[in-house]
Amino acid sequence: MAIIVKFDPSKCQGYANCLIEAPEIWDFDEDNDVALLIQDVVPDSLRVKAEASARGCPAHAITVENQSDA
Amino acid sequence: MRNVVVVGASLAGVNAIEGLRERGFMGQITLVGAEHHLPYDRPPLSKEALTDGVEAGRLALRPAAWYEEQGVTLRLGEPARALDPATKRLWLDSGEQLDFDGLVVATGSSARRFAHRLCGDPARLCQLRTLDDAQRLRDQLEPGHRLVVLGAGFIGLEVAATARTLGLEVTVIDVATSPLARVLGEAGGWFSELHTAQGVDIRCGTSVDRIEPRSGGGVIVRSPGRDTLKADLFLESVGATPAVDWLIGSGLALQDGVVCGPDLRTSHPDIVAAGDVARWHNELFGESMRVEHWTNAVEQGRHAAGALLGERESYRSIPYFWTDQFAAKARFVGRADAADDIVVERGDDSAVILFGRDGRLRGALCINAPRRLARCRLAIRDGMSWADAASDLATCA
Ligand SMILES: Cc1cc2nc3c(=O)[nH]c(=O)nc-3n(C[C@H](O)[C@H](O)[C@H](O)COP(=O)(O)OP(=O)(O)OC[C@H]3O[C@@H](n4cnc5c(N)ncnc54)[C@H](O)[C@@H]3O)c2cc1C
Ligand code: SF4
Repeated sequence: MAIIVKFDPSKCQGYANCLIEAPEIWDFDEDNDVALLIQDVVPDSLRVKAEASARGCPAHAITVENQSDA
Repeated sequence: MRNVVVVGASLAGVNAIEGLRERGFMGQITLVGAEHHLPYDRPPLSKEALTDGVEAGRLALRPAAWYEEQGVTLRLGEPARALDPATKRLWLDSGEQLDFDGLVVATGSSARRFAHRLCGDPARLCQLRTLDDAQRLRDQLEPGHRLVVLGAGFIGLEVAATARTLGLEVTVIDVATSPLARVLGEAGGWFSELHTAQGVDIRCGTSVDRIEPRSGGGVIVRSPGRDTLKADLFLESVGATPAVDWLIGSGLALQDGVVCGPDLRTSHPDIVAAGDVARWHNELFGESMRVEHWTNAVEQGRHAAGALLGERESYRSIPYFWTDQFAAKARFVGRADAADDIVVERGDDSAVILFGRDGRLRGALCINAPRRLARCRLAIRDGMSWADAASDLATCA
């Protein structure tokens, strides 16, 4: 089952914690100091990393859902 | 296990609760905290909360309803005073006894005090650890006034930057030869330049030997061999110590924190520790460490919950920390101390500083360079050699 990563750029404060936790899912716009979500539908193999990036975000800008609940 | 008590109502404690419930723990959970507030986030206290307002609601880690949803009994404003691991009991300040099957120690750290001994009226000195401290500090941040900060650590420098941005005159005093010297060694000079360029008076290599109350409020600060400063406001920011007073004499192993094995269990199998208070053996670095960083409290809280429920995995982590000062967003991964090998690469308003020891890359400080940070973290995890790291740095410059 795939999972869906939701990102609210308006909450993002540029901490880059997400990028640290899951470089497969995130990139970073260094000019505007905001995270970039490169994959919003993520295979189950990246679940642990996706979840770590969500809880590692001090600004609560990231949530992770199962695709079936969406 | 049917009844878990979590002592310390803050980041590590809340994440331990979340970790317990996510693993299907259905028993009773009691959260004991010394402060009256619901658990809140500390990093903003030295940054935006000082400009935008210290509001318990906005800083809350979880909404009030969350505790009810999770079935958590809150005992806030009630510090734990003593513990008996053998009989699995603890006592609150009021004398009340709580029994437990499992205990999470998450009492964090408290601001170290040094300057109050030098001052006839210590009530005039501020420190910054709690929301109440931040409220008190913010109430006194008046543009045009002079703030003297003792201690050029991360928190002291953040407050200096915030206060300067608000229009105060700011002086920072530290005994070391550069800011953040304990961690960054010479590389701390970068922060000295940053602050000086913004008009902060950085005085390194000196200390404070007397602080005298001034009749109109504030204090007079005397430093050996330097001119005397009149301060409207004095912030003491000389580091933190693990909050273990309540455990002294309990028999739980303590040594600059609560001593834990690699899986975060303490010397007693049904007691785990997490966050600023926990000293554990981090197998990734092959050393015992205690980490006072936000992300560590989140991840250790969750890991400790697993350990309490019988999981035996080691907690292996690469410490991660961020600090915002003026326009500089500095992020640090790994380990560093002044004794490491250091290479510095500077851009216009960015910098990457690498720390190595025994031929291996151990840590990296990236200022305004988040992508590089992510690369460095992988390199540390993969055990990149120091020579490769240094040449990699040169090629991507
Ligand atoms: C001003 C400030 C700025 C910071 N900025 C950053 C930053 O930018 N980046 C970063 O990574 N980290 C930062 N940190 C560090 C980060 O906030 C801490 O690492 C984190 O709060 C640790 O969480 P904790 O739950 O382990 O402990 P704490 O947050 O210290 O909480 C421990 C709680 O336990 C309570 N307690 C203590 N003793 C008892 C007792 N006997 N009984 C009951 N309760 C007790 C305390 O009152 C406290 O509420 C900052 C810290 C401060 C103070
Ligand atoms: S961790 Fe959160 S705040 Fe930080 S960059 Fe990622 S999304 Fe933004």
